Amino acid sequence: MGQPYHIRSFCSIQQETILLNGKPVFKSEQEDFGAFAKEAYQFLTIKYPKFFKMDHLSKLAFLTANLVLDKENITPDEPSNTALVFANSASSLDTDRKHQESIKNKDNYFPSPAIFVYTLPNICLGEISIKYKLYTENSFFIFDSFQPQKLIAYTKGLLDSKKAENVLCGWVEFDGKTYKSFLYLVSAKGTLEHTEETILKLYNA
Amino acid sequence: MEELKQELKAKIIDQLNLEDINVEDINDNDPLFGDGLGLDSIDALELIVMLDKDYGIKLTDPKEGRAIFESIDVMAKYISEHRSK
Repeated sequence: MGQPYHIRSFCSIQQETILLNGKPVFKSEQEDFGAFAKEAYQFLTIKYPKFFKMDHLSKLAFLTANLVLDKENITPDEPSNTALVFANSASSLDTDRKHQESIKNKDNYFPSPAIFVYTLPNICLGEISIKYKLYTENSFFIFDSFQPQKLIAYTKGLLDSKKAENVLCGWVEFDGKTYKSFLYLVSAKGTLEHTEETILKLYNA
Repeated sequence: MEELKQELKAKIIDQLNLEDINVEDINDNDPLFGDGLGLDSIDALELIVMLDKDYGIKLTDPKEGRAIFESIDVMAKYISEHRSK
């Protein structure tokens, strides 16, 4: 049995609502995710114009990560050794569909490079890594559903082997009009136990 | 030519998702890449697609774009001389 780890902060975004450590941070009336994300970006006074070039999955992951990392004072100036371990079930399907739409007509065949570059789910990890200058381990898993035990095992492996001091992990799902993100930061510090029971409780809150 | 320049500015803002920039913010001689609008390599590819789709100009070598996309002035001149749409 290795060293016990803890959850330092956690954030979820779904149904036009952002919760940080269980408390409401922002709520919008915008049902359209793009409009909601823009409002949240402005409300959080994020200054990062590249945000508007991202696809929906990356925007969702970026906003959620931004809240957790800022809360824990992990900044581009002091990024620390923070690994990223994310998962979802829809992969990059939302953007894949947009790309497919742009190539289905041979007489109007103009695929957008800006859309095509987001046709992989792990691109959202790159966006976060670029913003926070993280030169660290990152992985994106595709599961049928949220499976904390798999994330726990992978996270413990990274921390036990000293490949990371912190691991930002969780679920980032975007498919059509449905989205949900839940990210939490794990390290030796923190108050909440890094257990399946705790993670499921926070995920379902 | 002036109308084409305004059209290009609007298209660039819209298609490259330059959320914080207005047409009035772009001067005709401003560099589009580097210190100017700060466009990147994916934006350059997107502009190549725009030339093809909206003006019927096919660039076979992406490196050609480096000179053509120097500024709105240069881009408008190139399009007006080569467009088929």
